[in-house]
This record gives sequence, structure tokens and C-alpha cells, in this order.
Amino acid sequence: MNNAYRYIGKAMPRKDAMDIVTGGARFLNDIKMLNMLYGKVLRSPHPHALIKRIDKSKAEQLEGVEAVLTWEDVPDWRGGTPRYTRILDQKVRYVGDAVALVAAKSEKIARQALGLIDVEYEVLPAVFEMEEALKPDAPQLYDEFPGNVVTPGMPFFGPKSLKEVAMGDVEKGFQEADVITEGTFGYENIPNPLPPEAPGAIAVWEKPNKVTLWVSNQASYMDKITLFHAMGRKVEVRSIGGPCGGSYGSKFMSWQVQCYAALLSRATGKPVKLIFTKEEHLAAFTMRIASRMKARVGMKKDGTVTAVSGTWLIDTGYYSMTTQSQVAVGCGEVQIAVRCPNWDLKPVIVCTNRNASGIVRGFGGQELKCTLIPLLSLAMEKLDIDPFQFLKKNFVKPGDGYFWRDGIWYTYRGVDYSKAMEKGAEQFGWKEKWKGWLKPTAVDGTKRRGIGVGVHGNADIGEDASEANVRLHPDGTAMLFSCVTEHGTGQRTNFVKMVAEVLQLPIERVSVTPSDSLINPYEFGPAGSRGTYAIGSAAIAAAEDARRKLFELMAPMLQADPSELDTGEGLVFVKSHPEKKIPWRAMSVDRTITGYGRFEPDYTLTNCMMTFVEVEVDTESGKVTLQGIVNATDVGQVIDPPGLEGQLNGCLGSGGIDSALFEETILDRSDGHILNANMIDYKWRTFSELPPIDNVVFETPFPSHRFHAVGVGEIATSPGPVAVLMAVSNAIGVWLHEYPATPERVLKALGKIRSGARKGGAL
Amino acid sequence: MKENIVILKKIIVPQVERQGLIETRERKDTGGRMGDGKKDARTRRYPMKKGKVTRSKFKKSASMGRAYLEGKRNTIRESLKATRSVGKQTIHLIVNGQPYELKIGNEPNEIDPSHTLAHTLRETLGLTGTKVSCDNGACGCCTVLMDNKAVLSCMTLTVECDGKEITTIEGLKDPKTEKIDPLQQAFIDYTAFQCGFCTPGIIMSAKALLHENPSPTEEDVKEALSGNFCRCISHYQVVKAVMAASRVGR
Repeated sequence: MNNAYRYIGKAMPRKDAMDIVTGGARFLNDIKMLNMLYGKVLRSPHPHALIKRIDKSKAEQLEGVEAVLTWEDVPDWRGGTPRYTRILDQKVRYVGDAVALVAAKSEKIARQALGLIDVEYEVLPAVFEMEEALKPDAPQLYDEFPGNVVTPGMPFFGPKSLKEVAMGDVEKGFQEADVITEGTFGYENIPNPLPPEAPGAIAVWEKPNKVTLWVSNQASYMDKITLFHAMGRKVEVRSIGGPCGGSYGSKFMSWQVQCYAALLSRATGKPVKLIFTKEEHLAAFTMRIASRMKARVGMKKDGTVTAVSGTWLIDTGYYSMTTQSQVAVGCGEVQIAVRCPNWDLKPVIVCTNRNASGIVRGFGGQELKCTLIPLLSLAMEKLDIDPFQFLKKNFVKPGDGYFWRDGIWYTYRGVDYSKAMEKGAEQFGWKEKWKGWLKPTAVDGTKRRGIGVGVHGNADIGEDASEANVRLHPDGTAMLFSCVTEHGTGQRTNFVKMVAEVLQLPIERVSVTPSDSLINPYEFGPAGSRGTYAIGSAAIAAAEDARRKLFELMAPMLQADPSELDTGEGLVFVKSHPEKKIPWRAMSVDRTITGYGRFEPDYTLTNCMMTFVEVEVDTESGKVTLQGIVNATDVGQVIDPPGLEGQLNGCLGSGGIDSALFEETILDRSDGHILNANMIDYKWRTFSELPPIDNVVFETPFPSHRFHAVGVGEIATSPGPVAVLMAVSNAIGVWLHEYPATPERVLKALGKIRSGARKGGAL
Repeated sequence: MKENIVILKKIIVPQVERQGLIETRERKDTGGRMGDGKKDARTRRYPMKKGKVTRSKFKKSASMGRAYLEGKRNTIRESLKATRSVGKQTIHLIVNGQPYELKIGNEPNEIDPSHTLAHTLRETLGLTGTKVSCDNGACGCCTVLMDNKAVLSCMTLTVECDGKEITTIEGLKDPKTEKIDPLQQAFIDYTAFQCGFCTPGIIMSAKALLHENPSPTEEDVKEALSGNFCRCISHYQVVKAVMAASRVGR
């Protein structure tokens, strides 16, 4: 990591570090306002029902209650894609669906009021299983979605928005194959990304049609846009984001909780804070999509995939806001990971009467690959192909292409990741440990070891547009205007580093504005891995523009041409005569200089991460223990070494690798209740069980970024889960195809216990 | 924040909710079924999966958490009876070196017997550095020190804390020099956080460990922090930071 940069690639404290370690960081729930009320949501106990009658009079009479809102009281605000989901509806579609909203002087009173609302339901039959939901006589969740099939396509991605992977001639492809395998594979344990901070919002409504929201999210400017449409295009929205206590994608779409707070503030004329409880977070906020694929693949002896054909069923729960976009991106990502000329893969998004699925790291591609790679593995086994060699061979190479989310074909012009993959394999000892399919690496009594590998790449590193301003001040300071919240990646500091590098200013002289949609230009936000390339490029362009304007202003004072000037430490000087210098304050104390930068979407680059795992399976207890992980990637140029390390270590959490080991949301498929909506029964990794992680990071410069960098954080969770199942299968010598690999499933696969012992949960 | 506190001289017996003290506790039990506001027996019955991650330090089982709370309620009943009989209706606390005398009652800035220590710290004393995540004793986010031992402030009732000395994340800095604790500095130096929400709780758990064992091994650190949830996976950098801080202390 030796380089000539002053800040890029250097470890330095995050700008917000002092606030975080002293408790000074003001997260959403730390904000209090004068006369602030507390909001609560009454939630449905039924998975599917019509509200026949609501009597809220008792609740309204409770002292301290200032508003009780039901579907009859609220405007026709709608979300979903298409916008068919009302903010409060006469129909409830899952256990936990919002029935009424209460605002009161304290949380306690609000909670008491919930108990005083009398609701009469007409309970309807419910459906919790995708294939049941697709049957002709299944209960219908929406009139607008006949057969419970959600309208495909994401309007935001353009008219050709990717709805399937279809190209070439699959019949011809199957004829060319040496081996054809088929089957049905699922990744249906709907893990919850589960950030520590629950979703919430504080709203202040101003008559007639303005609302200011304090939020916990990734992208405040996008809140403004999402809510504008959800609120019937009649409300002017300002969204202010502070530190975000984890999101992993999920809080990017918080329109419901934001609308609840806005409606209550609108009704009461006071600020309203509404923060979900952890139970609501787990049972009534979004989780991963459930994925099930029935498909056939054809493969040649040399590992060339000749055809993929099948149906990809996606359970989105009771509605979809972003599932179509996850399907589009997932379909793009699968082409990046699996080179194949002949595809016929048809996604079907299905609604069922459970809590909704939404955004989580991996964004469709993780869910798709977790079901496709097991099928490819069956073919690899028949042909005795090493999965590492297979994944390396089939990952996109410069000159290859893919249909991306907008349905347009792009030719990949990034780096060849083979080198990073090979180094990862070497670090892991793949060659020594790989003994063939369904063969353990080592056996020690009842303990058997196995290895597995997975890969993921996302062309979202240059997705969507970003805008930024950089303002130079006469006192020799600069301010970056970028609508980005800090949700854990450290990117706010990294953008400051980039600006400081361009302007050659001491880092403490560069600041970044709050993530306030009122003061900042358009920003899609740090979603996926787009922060470094997309947002970073906008910030860099803004700094370069400001620098150019500064030189134009100062050139006459130095009797030089702007092209002859440079700047550093808040001085402008002539490059050939550095002694000829003037401070920025020469611009005059009544002036600032603002540069503007914009990043245009670029889908010709993808990031990549390959994850190798070794597990030990105790064949007596069925327990699977992770023995080691190696992540291999190439990021062009490291911006922030400890931040990158943290993001890559994140492969375990937020519905990542651990979703193949123990993480799952347990849905009782007889009545739609989630049985583990608390942090004791929902399993998560602890400090006492940390496997060793090695992160192999290459720096092959990407020419299109000023500092040659691309982002990778989002995808850390994605290659691992399928690698774990592969490793467990190899360790025990029989295929295990269900997530997570619980002791029960391992013992079942080993024939030590009978199947069907377990009720509920994923199939 | 001190000015918000009612400093009491007069003794007033709370008139409200004496019957329903426990029912009005500021929290909902785990396993409540969505929507009906009732306890759900099934969540408790759902078996802990064999071989899965255990939180060895604290969370022995879900039912234990419940029993713990039940036990607490009895303790409170008894202690309140006792306080009433002697007419004592204030709580004395030292928080970050600052003594507080807090009135028990239902008015704003008073301590409702149902208030957790986390609630009192955050809502009554304005010390929002202590975070609440699960509000159920599972995640360790709300960890503070009580007489230098780590406690979960979301599982501790304030009325139980009479006479205790509490240290929160805000109290780790040197009161005279304002210099942060070497442990906090190590978290900065090692970027031992990502989103930072769970960081105050992790630092307080680590602080309690270092009080008890100034020279821990890595395994000691991991064990001491095994009740602290971190979803970004900053565990590895946290362990390094705590080990570095312990070296400073050696």
C-alpha cells in the first residue's frame, strides 16, 4: 500500500471517531424536540383479514393521546412497485401489518392506547408458500396482482428494465453439453439484516404540505424522491440523515415508518418520533427475499456452461418495493459470475402473507447464486471439475459482456480478477485441501473437515447518478456538499480524503455537510458498492471544478495562466515558481468558490469477491464450525485500509455467511407468526466464536477513477453462504442443500435422524 | 442536564399505580405476539437449537431472561414495600461522578418504578451515549458500569440502583483534563467500529473487563464481550483495540 498519496490508502481516524467512542454521536433516537409526541403502530394479529370496524373512541379519550389514525383517516398514500400498497389499508396482509397509528405524550401512553383500539376483523384465508400462492384457487393478496404474481420490471431502471435472463438458444446449448443436471434449490431462510439500531423517523409537518424528517438511513435525497411519490406527489419533503446505526441496505427503503411519523405529525401539528421496537424490527420490517430455483444446466468437460434454463421463484412477502430491482440486478450479477451463451431463466415474484422482503447486501444476486451454484455443483461433481477453477474460469473477463439492470448489453472493461482469486486460493491452501467433490479434507474421529468456495460480482459500483458541490472558503477550508449518511462504511471520511487529496489541504480543514436533502444536490446514496467510484467521482469532480475556478480567479493576481497554477495548504502558487504564492483569502473575504461535480452511471465495471471457507462438522452433534475464511478481491486502490478490513470482515454478519450456518427467521407457516422476533431466539455471531479471516486485497488500478479505486463493501456477504453448504457437503460426503446447515439438517443428511421432525421454518 | 433533575426535600408518597406497579413497567415482554399485546407461549416453547451459538456470558436461555425479570419484579415489590414503610421515596445515584437525588413518581423527571436504568440515563438524565437496541437483555448495547461491573441497563430497574455508582460512556473521560480513556483512544486508533451504534456498550463491557483483569488474553476479551452484539462485524478490530489498551495499562 505504498503510494505517493497524502491521504488515499493511508489509515487515519474517521472524522466521526471521537463522537462514536464518547457517546457523542447523535443517532435518531437521541434526538428530542420540544412538545415531541411518541408514535406507535397497532399491528394485525392475522395474516390476512379485512377490517370490518375500528372503534378508536376509547383510545382517543385516554389522557395524553393526541391522535389515533386508521385507514379511514389517512390520505391515499401508497408505496410498492407498482404503487398498490396503501400506507394504512382496510385489508391487512401479514401478521404485523399496520392497522392504526397513535401519537401520545409518552411511549407508555401510546402503548396503552393501542390496547384500547377495538378492531373487528373478517379473517381471510392466507397463503405462506410460493407454489401454493401461484395455484388458481389461492387466496389473493391484491386485486392488482392476479395469481399473486407481482408485476415484473422496475420503472426506475428504464423501459427495458431487466426481467429475465434470455439469450442464445438453450436447446442448442443442452445438445452441446457433456452433462446436464437439474433440480430445485432454495435459499428461503429469510435472514434479517438486523442492524442494531431499529428503524424509525421523527417528523415535523408544516401546513399545508411540507414535512421535515429526521431519519436513520443511507440516502436522504432518495427519501425525498421516494416519499414525494408515496405521498401522492403533493408534499414537499426534506430528509435529514444523521449517523445510521447499521442498515446493510435495509433502511434505504424506510418509507412506511417515515410516512407513519409524517401522518401523525400532520394530524397533531407537533413533532412525532416513531421508533420500531426490536420485535417490530424483526417481524414488521424488511428481510431478505426468499429464493427458489427449478432449473437445468448444461456443462462441458472443460467447465464451460452451455445452457441455463429454469424458473426462479422469489417470495417477496406481502408486497414489493424493491424486489423487481433486486431481480434485475441479480439477473445481471448471475451473468457476471457464470459465463454462458444460452440462458432462459425466468423470475416470478410472488406475494405471500408474510412480512415483506426488501434490500439487504447481496441485492438479489446473493439469493440467486445461493440457489444456482448448488445446481452447477452437481454438474461439476459429475465432470470432476474443481469449483475454484470453475468459478475463476467463468467469472466475467475484459471483453465479455452482460445485460445489466436496464436491459442493455454492456461490455466489461475492468480488470481480470483471476490473479486475486489465485492469490486467495494460495492463501487458503485450496490446492492442498481440495480432495474432490463430497470428499472431506480431513477426518479426525467424528470430526470431518470440508472446504467450499463462492464468488460474487456486481456492476453496481458505477450505478446511478451522484452530484456533489465543493465550496472553498477564504480561510483556507473546504466543504463537501454530498447527501450521504454514515452507515458504517466510513465513506463520509473517505470522500473528505478524496477532496483533501485533490485540494492538498490538511484533512481537518475539509468538512462534509449533514446528509440533508435541502442543502445538498442529488445523490442516490451509498447503496451497493457505489460509494467509492460513483459518489467519490462526483466529489472529486466537484473539488477539481472548484480548484479550476480558484485558479481562474487567482491567475491575474499571480500574473500567470490558470494552467500554470497549483494549490496546497490553502495557498495558490505558480508550479514553476513555488515562491510566487498567495493564500486563498486573496479571493476576498466576501467570496466563496463552489465547484460542482456529477457522476454519470457506468455499468461497464464490476467488483468481485471470492470467498473460501473451511468448516468442521461434528458428525455426532451435527454442529458445523467455521474454521477459516479467506476473502479475495481487487479494489484498484485501497482508500481506507481499516475501513476496508471492517467491510470485508462483514462477510459473516447481516445475513451473510451466517445465513448458511444458523441465521434464519422462523415463520410459522400455519398462522403466519414469526416465532423468533427477538434477539435471543434470532441467532447471531458472538465474540467468542470468531473464525480466522484473511482478506487478500489486490490493487490493480482502474483507470476511470481518479485514484483508480472501486468499492467492494456491499458484496462481502454474498459469496460465503453457498461456499458453506459446499464445504459441509464435502465434509460429510453427502449433499446438503438447505440453508442454514443446522445440526438437525446435518444429522438428517447423514441419516442419523428422520426427516420431518421439525415444524415451521424454511422448507 | 443536571438542571432538569428534581432535587427533593419533601417526601411524597406516589399516589398512582401502586397496585399496578409491575404491569406498567416500561417494556414489553419478549415473545409478545404481534398485534394482540399478549404473551406468546410458543416463542418460549420454541426450542433453543442444539449446537447453535450460545451467548455464554449472559443469555443462558430465553426463559431464563423471563425468569430473571420475574425475579426482579418480586425484588421490586419487596423493596418498594420496604421503602414505603420507611417513607423513603428517593433514589440516590452517582452517575459519572455526579451525585443525583431522584424522586420516585410519575411526573416528568421522576423515576417511575417501571423505568429501566437505560431509560433513566437516556430520557431523564439526557445521557444518550448509552444505546438501547434489543431492550431485552440480549445484545449488550446498553451496557454501563455499576460499581465498576458491567450491567445491562435495559434489564436493570432504576429503583434498584439506590446508592450505586454508575459510569456511562460519557463518564470515561478524565473529568479534569477531559482526556478520553486509553480504551476509547484505542478504539479510534484501530477503527474498532463501523456503524458505531453498539460501540458504547462494547467499550463499557471492555472497561469492566480491564477493571477486573488489566492484562487479559485475547480469549478473555472475547469471553467478556460475548454478550455484545455487533452486526457490522467489527469484532476483530475491537479485540485488537482492547488488547492494545490493556498493554497501555500494563
